Amino acid sequence: MSRISKDQVKHVAHLARLAVTEEEAELLTEQLDKIIGFAEELNELDTDNVEPTTHVLELKNILRKDEVRNSVSVDEAMKNAPSERDGQFKVPNILE
Amino acid sequence: MSILDKKISELHQLLHTKDLSVTDIVDATFDRIHQVDGKVKAFLTLNEEYSRIKAKQLDEKLVSGADRGLLFGMPIGIKDNIVTKGIRTTCASRILENFEPIYDATVVERLNQADTITIGKLNMDEFAMGSSNENSGFHPTHNPWDLSCVPGGSSGASAASVSAGEVLFSLGSDTGGSIRQPAAFCGVVGLKPTYGLVSRYGLVAFASSLDQIGPVTRNVEDNAYLLQAIAGNDPMDSTSAKVDIPDYLASFTGDVKGLKIAVPKEYLGEGVEPGVKERVMEALKVLEGLGATWEEVSLPHSRYALATYYLLSSSEASANLSRFDGVRYGLRSDNSENLIEMYKQSRSEGFGEEVKRRIMLGTFALSSGYYDAYYKKAQKVRTLIKEDFTNIFEKYDVIIGPTTPSASFKCGSMTKDPLTMYMNDILTIPVNLAGVPAISVPCGFSDGLPIGLQIIGKHFDESTIYRVAHAFEQATDHHKEKPKL
Repeated sequence: MSRISKDQVKHVAHLARLAVTEEEAELLTEQLDKIIGFAEELNELDTDNVEPTTHVLELKNILRKDEVRNSVSVDEAMKNAPSERDGQFKVPNILE
Repeated sequence: MSILDKKISELHQLLHTKDLSVTDIVDATFDRIHQVDGKVKAFLTLNEEYSRIKAKQLDEKLVSGADRGLLFGMPIGIKDNIVTKGIRTTCASRILENFEPIYDATVVERLNQADTITIGKLNMDEFAMGSSNENSGFHPTHNPWDLSCVPGGSSGASAASVSAGEVLFSLGSDTGGSIRQPAAFCGVVGLKPTYGLVSRYGLVAFASSLDQIGPVTRNVEDNAYLLQAIAGNDPMDSTSAKVDIPDYLASFTGDVKGLKIAVPKEYLGEGVEPGVKERVMEALKVLEGLGATWEEVSLPHSRYALATYYLLSSSEASANLSRFDGVRYGLRSDNSENLIEMYKQSRSEGFGEEVKRRIMLGTFALSSGYYDAYYKKAQKVRTLIKEDFTNIFEKYDVIIGPTTPSASFKCGSMTKDPLTMYMNDILTIPVNLAGVPAISVPCGFSDGLPIGLQIIGKHFDESTIYRVAHAFEQATDHHKEKPKL
């Protein structure tokens, strides 16, 4: 039984904001199935009483003072913009 | 002997006695790059005009007797996922082909304060995803020891450029072995510091809980110099640790008497080539001869590290790489009518195959209904892997094994199957999951290709790693071998 279907792959691609062709979806289904199959070896381990590690160092909330500091200028922020107008990022239609 | 074969301390002596100028060093660097980079293909961007101006400025400082930084006048190459103000930074991806950062990474700022000269930006696997440099969106880099072989990855060009004598040293980044594996393949010294020792501010994030920037050099002493310049807390990176930074150069005592070495049987087991095992056993003999002792131990969860790593790193990557959407910077596709289509088209045109595959895997592992089974499960196994190391370090000073299961391989020989390529990192990945530091140092050759010895230390104990690596280096001649280009 395959672990991931082509429809699922298309759904995940949508979530990841990637456009995939039919051929790409097919190849990805095959490859992801293999990788996920490999990852399922983790199920051999009993981890019921194991705490998950999100971070290797013991960090508590890192806070800083809420002070006004220099930040980038509009010109700098716009330097790499693919499209801009009046100091703002320009994008295609959001609403139809 | 070229001036580029000298150590930092030797070059500083020559600068001090005025037998050499910074301009001489920079000239020699670009001569060498123009001579061999057509074959090695390590650089994506050269910073030649600026480098020559900076060399002159530093020479003036030399004459005036002004204070000199720790790495005064030393040329450096920087992996292209570390942002450099005004110098194109691409992550070897088409999506960032024309990206010019508006700030310097903290490590770059610190190098500038140390008076280094940024010679150029180095090729890599796209967004640091790969083990061979073949995933670069521009061109592959070649191994200076055999141009038909890969330099490793993802910091392949960081290692190849140092090995080829194009730069004295470079910066790489290591998420699952990306400094150590190429260092091993190219016969140079590469350190992945403890997670949190070096600021990640300005390192384009791949997997934030694993990424670390580290130095690639031709010898252990230079490596310590470079780490000294970049290590230390940075308020701009909230995961950077608040620890005292020792004097790493003081660790070169040459004394390893009584040192307790653990050798995990899992690191010399199935899948590790005989030529690699032989070199590691010889290295252990050398250390024994210097008064260290070693015992076989077990890191029982090693075999689960690869799966754990690919689930966690891909999950983190899928979130980190969502920022590339064609709005504020990077490539924007012209082939779209609305915003969602624009996102999809820009990302699909801009990212390469491996990057898309990992974004897909990560998005899947984090998606509703699969999160507990894959992502959370992997986080729990990460705890077990980390505990393996904690247990060993209660009794031993360092862990030693090979850096990679084999020497470098032919270009194109592993690109068909992603899983086969992933196997390259089975001996380096557990270190990132545990967050401990590790170095790869040259320990000889197998069929003419370099082999790396991996020395793993306790959290924030880079000094012991350096002490052992240096003692081994001084007792052997491996680091003196150079590729013929």
